[in-house]
This record gives sequence, structure tokens and C-alpha cells, in this order.
Amino acid sequence: MLQLSNILIDGVVYGMVLFVISVGLSVTMGLMRFINLAHGAFAMAGGYVAAWLIRVEALPFFAGVVLAIVATMALAAVLETFVFRFLYAKSELQQVLFTIGFTFAAIAVASFFAGAYIQQIPLPGWLHGSVTLGERTLPAQRVMVVVLGLAVVLLLWLIIARTRFGIWLRASVDNAPMSSSLGINIRLVQCATFAFGAGLAALGGVLGAELMPLEPYYPLKYLVLMLVVVSVGGMGSVSGTLCAALLLGIVDTASKYLASGFGDFFFYAAMIILLAVRPNGILRRR
Amino acid sequence: MSILRVEHLSKAYGGLKVTDDVSFTLKPGERLAIIGPNGAGKTTLVSQIAGALQSDGGRIFMADDNVTSWPGYRRVGHGLVRTFQISKLAPDIPVLDQLALAIHQRDGSIGNMWRHKNSYGAVLDEALAILRDLGLSRAAQRTPSEMAYGDQRLVEVALALALKPRVLLLDEPMAGVPKSEAQLILDALERLPADLAVVIIEHDMELVFRFAHRILVLANGAVLADGAPAEIRGNEVVRAVYLGKGGQA
Amino acid sequence: MQLSQASSPIGRGSYFPWQWHLAGLVLIVALYWLFPGNLLMLTRIATLAILVMSLDLVTGYAGLPTLGHAAMYGVGAYGAALCAKFLTGDPLAGLLVAAAAGGLLALVAGAFLVRYQGLAFLMLTIAVVQIMQNLASKLSFITGGDDGLSGFTVSPIFGRFEFDMFGVTGYWYSMILLLLSFIVLQRIMSSPFGLCCMGIRENRDRMSANGTRIYPQLLKLYVLAGVFAGLAGGITAQVNQIVGLDSLGFELSAEALVMLVLGGSGNLVGGIVGTALFSGIHHFAATANPFHWLFVIGVLLMVVVFLPKGVIQLVARRLGNNVLAVFGRRA
Repeated sequence: MLQLSNILIDGVVYGMVLFVISVGLSVTMGLMRFINLAHGAFAMAGGYVAAWLIRVEALPFFAGVVLAIVATMALAAVLETFVFRFLYAKSELQQVLFTIGFTFAAIAVASFFAGAYIQQIPLPGWLHGSVTLGERTLPAQRVMVVVLGLAVVLLLWLIIARTRFGIWLRASVDNAPMSSSLGINIRLVQCATFAFGAGLAALGGVLGAELMPLEPYYPLKYLVLMLVVVSVGGMGSVSGTLCAALLLGIVDTASKYLASGFGDFFFYAAMIILLAVRPNGILRRR
Repeated sequence: MSILRVEHLSKAYGGLKVTDDVSFTLKPGERLAIIGPNGAGKTTLVSQIAGALQSDGGRIFMADDNVTSWPGYRRVGHGLVRTFQISKLAPDIPVLDQLALAIHQRDGSIGNMWRHKNSYGAVLDEALAILRDLGLSRAAQRTPSEMAYGDQRLVEVALALALKPRVLLLDEPMAGVPKSEAQLILDALERLPADLAVVIIEHDMELVFRFAHRILVLANGAVLADGAPAEIRGNEVVRAVYLGKGGQA
Repeated sequence: MQLSQASSPIGRGSYFPWQWHLAGLVLIVALYWLFPGNLLMLTRIATLAILVMSLDLVTGYAGLPTLGHAAMYGVGAYGAALCAKFLTGDPLAGLLVAAAAGGLLALVAGAFLVRYQGLAFLMLTIAVVQIMQNLASKLSFITGGDDGLSGFTVSPIFGRFEFDMFGVTGYWYSMILLLLSFIVLQRIMSSPFGLCCMGIRENRDRMSANGTRIYPQLLKLYVLAGVFAGLAGGITAQVNQIVGLDSLGFELSAEALVMLVLGGSGNLVGGIVGTALFSGIHHFAATANPFHWLFVIGVLLMVVVFLPKGVIQLVARRLGNNVLAVFGRRA
């Protein structure tokens, strides 16, 4: 029983990290139909910058993380405007190739500037302890991940369902040319969404630094994970991504606890089954 | 003896009846035009006959075979071919090769892996002949992406003919074709094989009254009228619903 | 993607462009003579070229980008190795086993995969290759796990040509097989079946409207590709006499895709050109620091995407025309 709740908690934590990292990719793919295999590079960038700011520049934890996210968003906005937007019209294969190339280059750059070691993000004192919820005692860091993950979900829901930008976003995902002729500034929506998604990835990179160590090969190593979450959840669907991330996070954690000899087998088997049954996303009809 | 018989075909999406008890027969060589206001269910009807959509009720017979439960590709093999409102052509494959593909499919040689595709003299000759009949000889080595839209619509007809249909379903062959190229299509339609039964959906009334032996008027999924062009022209109900009071006819 | 055969006047008769095959043979001999010290690298290029050509069938001809092609290569490699270890050291028998293994995996996986397209298909191919790698790692008592499968010897070809450590036999072995594979694959893809696959790539709805059933044709193609991928794996296993887990991996699949795109997809030759180009660049750019290589190939990829399609072949063709013009002939 204890193990079951351990699995659930760790699974949810892992799932939350996957969600925060992948949701930006999902919306980007749904909005611009842009298969961005370089998305992991933004998660890595966020983690690296945060690590540098906190460890080397001795900024307080909170400030460091926020600054890292902002910096990543700025970088993403610039890249989107001057590079990535020219790929939206290209074929799937070309997008895959370009973004893989970008990922390779990003990996090389990361190692050039920071070496090949794992980047540690030192946690502040108040996150070192444990939190008691009912009868369970959980590491504070884990609780923070879940709390922040839920905060992200809430924030996204607010933006998408309650703001004008959200309406623009939904309209553009549905039908870009039509939205454009209705006066919605598509370029702004695309750039802002891309940057925001990258910012979320950066946050995810920081939050998940314990589960997914930050090192130069990070974008490639966890690429498959992100793609799995997005394709199972359905491109462009925030709720689908959440569902998929939690589901896959729990499945993976469960298999690590209960059947560690099988490695990733159950994860991929689950993915195959989910994709076979719902090729357009877990919450979408065929 | 009818080549196509549709009996009490019906289909509904929820409460909306898109096809409401439609029946008609077609004899070999007969030209039937289906007309009706937008949303009357013309394309839906044709899709069901072609097997692309599943009907809720009714039966479809080709010659004497009950094809109601047959999947689309099987109906094609049996001689029931349709064209599309928006051309479905491979953009970058030369027209001649696309015709060859249709002919290979028809005569069963499409799975052949060993002979070079250009060594099938009979296939290529037939393809060239079809193109010649439609006035498209010069387009043989061109790709659809290099052709005018009117020519592309013609290629679509050519592909249908390459499948040696017994019943041809033409879904708005003139759709999207500029006036300057319309004559090509009209000529092609005039020259269709005489024993070929044709169902044509069209909005161009000049074409309809010139080409059709019979006209079926559809509104809200149901048959409003079915008869010779002269009858339809004089039919008050049809006038009101479709042609408009004092409109062209 | 223009079909060059269709652009030429329609002739009848035999379609065996033996002049090109002969030129290929001459090239093989020339390379042997020119680069006697690089035989191992050339052998690797030859075997990878077969893999990339088989990938071209699925991705270039049928339009299904896949990141899991190495799975068939890997089972072919392990198949050949196990054959040599437990059945017979005869290399040709090993090749048969390798090809059969690749084809079998393609049949089993393809029966499921080929129902999908686009991103779903891509993801599923990744899943398959990851699962295969997992399996190989777990079944280490058969595959040797992380240490790889070794300790098997391959008998001399036809009883005469021994696999020496200088790679001479390996060179001829792989190059001749590359030439033969090319001849066979080119023949098959110039047939109505090949045209059918291209039609599926260009417009599935059109093919369905003709009455063509897409699934069986794609499955046939996938199995064909699997056979040749397995063959390539088998050659590698026999020449190197060791098989590692990386022959089954996502990384190799991605590399193969890169090689294909570099050289131009959809006409087989591009696969060979791309493999040679990629390997050549790797040879020069890979220094002690593997990250330099990563940067170079990354930039290369980004550049390739923005170059016009098949630019490498366009340039090659122009150069070729210039050369032929010197001899008074137009290509």
C-alpha cells in the first residue's frame, strides 16, 4: 500500500515535470504545425542559466529561476522571429531535420560553454526539508513541483479560456488563415506562444533537474519522452498533454518500481497502445 | 436492364437527414444530372454510391450485384468510378504515369515488381490514347502542378476513364474552372463513351440541360423531382425551390 | 520529384542500364586502388549505404519518414552473428539469415505500423526501435548485452576468400553486395510497384480512388526495406565480427535519415551519395572532442533544409554534364 502511494506520488511528480516541459511543444505543434525537436534545448537552456545564476553568480533561488525563464523566453522569441518561422511552411521531414540539426548545435554549444558535467541547481534551505501532508511526509522539493505544475495548469487555463489572447490562440489553432483575415495578428500569436512555451520548458528543466539531470545531451536524451507525451496527448491540446504526461509518468514510475528489469518496455508499450487507439490524441475522437 | 439501381438510400447525422429515401435507376448510356441547392446532399449521395460513406439504410445495385456492403475499392474494380469536386491528383508525378497507375490497377499488374514500368507497351498506348481523346496529348509528360486548373480537371476525368467504368459519377467537373477553359471540359463530356452511364452533379445549368437525358432534383436530402429536362424546366415546385421565381431556365 | 525515366522518350525493350552498373564496378576498383589504407572506412560506407537505400524505400519513395529503421539492421546483424556462432560460419548463409530476420521484423512491426502516417507513424517507429534495443539489452545471454556479441568466426567466402584484418575481403564483399543491392532495388522501384509507392506518397486519396489498396502495398514495401536493412546489418556483423547494442539504436536510425536527406531521397543514388558525404565529413570533422562533430553536422543539417531540394544531385548532375560535354556527349 505504501509502495502504491509512493508510485503514485513519484509518478505524479514525474508527470508534472513532463507536462510543464512538453505543453509548450504541444501547443506549438498544434498552432504552427511545427515539429520542433529542438524544444528540449529550451528546457536545457533554462536549467543551465538558472544553474549558472544561482551557483556562480550567487543569486537567490527564486530570482535565478525567474531570470532564467525570462532569458529563455527572450531567446526563443528572437529565434522564432528570425529562424523558426521560415520552417512553418516546410514539410514534416524538413522540420524534423532542421530542428535535430539545431539540437545538435545546441548540445555542442552547451558543452563548449559549460563543459560536459551535470549542472547542479542548489536548492535553497526552505526546499531541503520535508512537508507533512496528513500521514505522509514528502520531500518539500517534490511538493513544490506538483504545486507549481498545478499553478501552470491554472495559469494556462486562465489565459486560454479567459483572456483575449486565449481566444486569438484558439482561433489560430483552429484556422490560421481565417483568423488572420479576421484581424488577429497571427505572427504575434505565434511568436508569443512559442516564447511562452519555451519559458515553460525552461521552468520544467529547472523543476525536473533532479529527475532529468542537466547535461549537454539533455535535449536529445529526453526528446523521445517529450514527443511521446505530445503525440499521445494530441498536438495542441493542453488537457490532453496533462493527461498523457500524468499517465505516462505513472506508468514509467510504476515499471521502474515493479519491473525494473524491463527498462522502458512498458513505457513504450503503453505509448503504442495509446497511439493505436487514439492516433489523434488521448482526448480526441479519431 | 439497369446498370445502377439505388433503392431507398438514407443517411442521417443525428437528427439531420442528409439523404432521405432516395431512389433512382440508371440504364447503360444514360446521362443523369443531379441538381439542387447547396446543402441538398448531392455530394453525400454520390459518396454513398461510391462507397466512401456508409449509408444508414437502403440498397445499391450495380448491374445485378448488391454492392451495398462493398468497400470503395471493390466497387471501383466492378466499374463504379467517381471524380471529385476538388481534383485529387498527385502533384509531381507526370500525367502519363498517373494514367498508367490507374490502368495497372485495373488490369491487376500494379503489384508487379520486376518489369520496368515503361516496358508495358499496351498500358502506355492506352494511356496515350485516352489523353489524345481528351486533347491532352501535349500534357503527357507534364505534372499537375505545372498545369492549368482546367487541364487538371480533365486529367481527373482521364483517370476515371482509364479505369474503364461502367458507371461514372462526376462531382462538379466544372467546379473552379475559369470560363475560358470551360469549353474543354464540355467537349470532353460530349465525347464520353456512348455506353457509359453517367451521373453528374453540376450547378452550371447550361451544361445540365445540354448534357443530361434525365434530371434528378434534390432538396434537403430528398428527391424533389425526377424526369426529362423539359419536365423539370416546367416544374413549378422545382422552380420555386431551386431555380428561383423568374430565374433562368 | 521528377521521374527521370518517365521524362525520357518512351522506348520499348530492355531496361538494364548496364553502362551505369559497369561504371559502378569501375568506381569500386578505382577506389580500391586509390585508397588502399582506407578500406575499412569504405567498407563501412558501403554497408551503411545499403541501409540508407533501404530507408529510402520507406521514406523517399513512400513518403513515410521513420526514425526506427535501424531495428531491422540490428536484428540482421545479430542474426548473422548468431548464425555464425551456432549454425554455420558460411557468410552467404549468414546473409540469408540476416535478410530473413530483417524482413521478419519488418513484417511483424510493419503490419501494425503501416496503418499510420505522419507523426504517429514516426513516433511508433521510435517506439519499436527502443523496444528492440531494450529487448537486446535484456536478453544479454543471447546478445551479449552491453559487451556486444562476439566470439564467432565467419568462414571464407566460397571457401576461398578469408576475412583478413586489413579488410581487403571485407571491402570487395561489401562493395559487390552494394552494387547488387542497388541493381535489384533500382529494378524493383522502376516497376509499376515502385510507381504505386510514389503515388501513395504523393496522394493517397488518388490511389484509393483508383481502387488501389494502400495497406498491402506499403507492407510489401516495408518488408522489402527490412530485408535489405537486415542484409546490411549482416554484412557489418560478418566484416567486423562483433555486434553491439548501438546497431539497434535510435541514434543510428537518425544518422541514416540524415545521410539520406543529405544525398537526396527518392532515387536510391542519393542514399549512396549521402552516406559517402556524411562519412567523409565525419572523417574530417571528428576530432578528439565529439562535440565539434556534433556542431558541424548540426549546422550542416540546418543548411541542407534551406537548400533547394536535391541540390547535391543537381550540382552533381551539372558537373557530370560538363564532363560529358568534354567528350562531345550530352547526358
